[in-house]
Amino acid sequence: MLGKLSWEAIPFNEPLPMISMGVVLAVILVVLAVVTFKGWWSYLWREWLTSVDHKRIGVMYVILGLVMLLRGFSDAIMMRTQQAIAVGAAQGYLPPEHYDQVFTAHGTIMIFFVAMPFVIGLMNFAVPLQIGARDVAFPVLNSISFWLTAAGALLINLSLVIGNFARTGWMGYPPLSELAFSPGVGVDYYLWSLQIAGIGTLLTGVNFVTTILKLRAPGMRLLRMPVFCWTSLAANLLIVAAFPILTATFVMLLLDRYVGMHFFTNNAGGNQMMYVNLFWAWGHPEVYILILPLFGVFSEVIATFSGKSLFSYRSMVWATMGICVLSFMVWLHHFFTMGAGADVNAFFGIMSTIIAVPTGVKVFNWLFTMFRGQIVFSTPMLFSIGFIVTFVIGGLTGVLLAVPPVDFVLHNSVFLVAHFHNVIIGGVVFGSIAGYNYWFPKAFGFTLDERLGKASFWCWLIGFYLAFTPLYILGMLGMTRRLQHIPDPNWQPLLLVAEAGAVVIFCGILCQLAQLYVSIRTRERRRDPSGDPWNGRTLEWSTSSPPPAYNFAALPRVEAIDAFWQLKEKAGGRPAPAEYQSVEMPRNSPIGFITSFFMVVTGFALVWHIWWMVICSLIAVVTMILVHGWSENRHYEIPASEIAQIETARPDPGGRAWQRS
Amino acid sequence: MMDADDRQIHDRSPGVEERESGAGVLTYTVGLVLALVATIASFVVSQTHLLWPPGVTVGLVVLAIAQIGVHLVFFLHLGSGPDNTNNILALAFGLLVVFLIITGSLWIIANLTANMPLLPVQ
Amino acid sequence: MAAVISSGFSTGVERADGAGPAPVRVVVAYGFWLFILSDIVMFSGLFAAYAVLSDNAAGGPTGRELFDLQKVFIETFCLLLSSYTCGLGALAAEWRKLKHFLIYAALTFSLGAAFLYIEFSEFAGMVSQGAGPTRSAFLSAFFTLVGAHGAHVTIGLLWLIYLVAQIVIKGLRPAVLRRLLCFSLFWHALDIIWIGVFTLVYLMGKQ
Repeated sequence: MLGKLSWEAIPFNEPLPMISMGVVLAVILVVLAVVTFKGWWSYLWREWLTSVDHKRIGVMYVILGLVMLLRGFSDAIMMRTQQAIAVGAAQGYLPPEHYDQVFTAHGTIMIFFVAMPFVIGLMNFAVPLQIGARDVAFPVLNSISFWLTAAGALLINLSLVIGNFARTGWMGYPPLSELAFSPGVGVDYYLWSLQIAGIGTLLTGVNFVTTILKLRAPGMRLLRMPVFCWTSLAANLLIVAAFPILTATFVMLLLDRYVGMHFFTNNAGGNQMMYVNLFWAWGHPEVYILILPLFGVFSEVIATFSGKSLFSYRSMVWATMGICVLSFMVWLHHFFTMGAGADVNAFFGIMSTIIAVPTGVKVFNWLFTMFRGQIVFSTPMLFSIGFIVTFVIGGLTGVLLAVPPVDFVLHNSVFLVAHFHNVIIGGVVFGSIAGYNYWFPKAFGFTLDERLGKASFWCWLIGFYLAFTPLYILGMLGMTRRLQHIPDPNWQPLLLVAEAGAVVIFCGILCQLAQLYVSIRTRERRRDPSGDPWNGRTLEWSTSSPPPAYNFAALPRVEAIDAFWQLKEKAGGRPAPAEYQSVEMPRNSPIGFITSFFMVVTGFALVWHIWWMVICSLIAVVTMILVHGWSENRHYEIPASEIAQIETARPDPGGRAWQRS
Repeated sequence: MMDADDRQIHDRSPGVEERESGAGVLTYTVGLVLALVATIASFVVSQTHLLWPPGVTVGLVVLAIAQIGVHLVFFLHLGSGPDNTNNILALAFGLLVVFLIITGSLWIIANLTANMPLLPVQ
Repeated sequence: MAAVISSGFSTGVERADGAGPAPVRVVVAYGFWLFILSDIVMFSGLFAAYAVLSDNAAGGPTGRELFDLQKVFIETFCLLLSSYTCGLGALAAEWRKLKHFLIYAALTFSLGAAFLYIEFSEFAGMVSQGAGPTRSAFLSAFFTLVGAHGAHVTIGLLWLIYLVAQIVIKGLRPAVLRRLLCFSLFWHALDIIWIGVFTLVYLMGKQ
């Protein structure tokens, strides 16, 4: 009746998951209670859950990323603690079968449910505003994408309390991930939650490439677009081209597990190396999907807080598109040691070294942008400077690992772990926090508290180096990754330093949470009525904070790079339009939320082999699609009078008439 | 200042477009005939000794690419006008990725298998 | 002004870079084209797996023993012809000739269904001979690649029924015509993928 599901799936005898579940359930219940008592349900449903507005969806993505950061980071600190104490005779507190789930969950959550949502959230919020559009090309699809990602996140969290998670590492290599060696539900949770979230991500890719190429404002030629839009274009092209590979690979593994096929099994001709090959053919573009938009954030932030336009726009564009294409030619460097010959290894090693060059071009461009600029050391700027230093170091260790003989020594050691955390934290995390601080006032109308922002920066920076420099050393001393027990007591001092680093990072996260809380409490002090708190250069700063639903009353006419800066420079601004026109906007739609609800049920039922539930919930999903596919009344009109009212009500400090046009 | 572009956005309906002269019955028919020829040629090439045997694989690949091209041009109307640039660039990128995945995988796995042959069949 | 919609990509209107947002039809067609390209990349993953595993028959039946090229030729012919009738149907819809459109839609459906019938009977035959997808890596890859294509064709046929219902009930409205355009792109792309399948799987497998 319920497939493989029974009460035994819930680990009543294990304190850690039970306590975590208790805490999470308590928080959820409190939130639900507050929302109910304050009567916020209709507001939430109308304004957020069914919203197809890219600004709202962007905020929801970032919230998802922040919440999942807490889960992913808990996994991190659990691992650090275990490694710090389980030395020699001591066994630590996490037995191997749990430790393995922790490191698998840590990687999976951080990449798919923290980094991706953050990046996609920032792109969602800023790209349409920067290109002078009213929304993305396919707003309803955008909502569906978000809710599918949330569905995947929910499924992974369910695995904590109902059943268990995979023990294979976040890459899920066979034969360990095959049925013979992972007969439980863990790998199935991993595969289905990622497949579901993956559909959402793919749709985002299609959406944003179309948006950027087809919906730019009049006059905004491609070579006048902000660099953040170029990097978003490159990242979304990579999503469209790479995510289907992961889909195909997971389909094959799922067929092995569910139907008994032999793609990657030990017998009947399966080839496990093909999994590794295909996984990384997706996996390498994935890391560029993560970093490219953040390179764009840094370009925006550094230019804005240096008071100068970005140095060498064209070489930035070339470097970005060069990275986009090259990222598909390096994937073997993730498995140099799998046994390919010298010729294959040499080719991919050389390509991996070459791909560092465009990134180097970008770093020099940022430095030259700052040179002779009037630098404002705001929180986003601090994170950008921290990024430049940290990411360059991480990149250097990457180039080192790109040399196959070196990689033979260091592959799967904690040196590798330190390298990728170096670039991910230095690049993706610092960039996400910078973007979050930079665009927060645009989204909510008030800036974040600067002191706590700076405090979080220093904690993250110091914490990162404390946590990961020991790992570089330990890697060269021979410590492999994913160790549940440390055989060599000489390694313990360094592991204790790493643990201290994790604690300092935790303080950084606490500072960010405090920053959010304090900023909301004292928001009136930091309200920004002008919509342009940083004296920005790009079009999003020409709107009010937060922007109206329709973004721009009249689509801006763009004449140069840094379109908004040009508008401001032409002192005196532009006259308000003789008359406002009505605007057609997409209606909200519940299809995203409802479809994803049923996809959670489908995924759960697939994991536990509850076939009747799979069929029923899939029928519900298909029905929703058919109903939506029939509808045509998908727009509503905002009358000109209402637009005029909103626009003329905008505060206009200092007579900056460029706000109204 | 409002202008035609802005009004078009407010409309949200297909804009004024002229009839694409190429998209007629003739285009589809020519495409069908060419595709049929390529298909028959493929079957003939693979099953007879018309081509020098070691060249059959290459011949089949060439015919397949040609037929795909026929589909793209005659059925999907992928042309060379400015409006098509984005379509063709997207296609080019997609084809590059497809090429890299298939040839890359073949090269890598062949190399791996040569160094580390799989166990004999159980 | 009559909005005449062409059945292909090109709108005939020159839109320079920086001309402002494109019309809805162009936006929808481009987005769907990107989706199709992503689907082709997914198939290339399956193709790559097939190419690598095609010799791993684990002592079981091989392609040379199993493939019936006569049936494959008929399948190919059916699918190609259905692409043709789909194109003619799209033209009929553009010219607002409902009856012609319905005839071509019916032909497209029948040819697609014939393709599926032959493919299904091929699969059933192989399974009954003990050459099912769980027999060997080669057969897993074969059934998955060819089966994925067949699944797409099935979804296409169901989509066609749904579209015909919309057209009959709602008429050839712009939104409906956009959906028909997406279907045509999809259907032609499936034929393109089939070219890859019959060349790389069947013809090369039978050599």
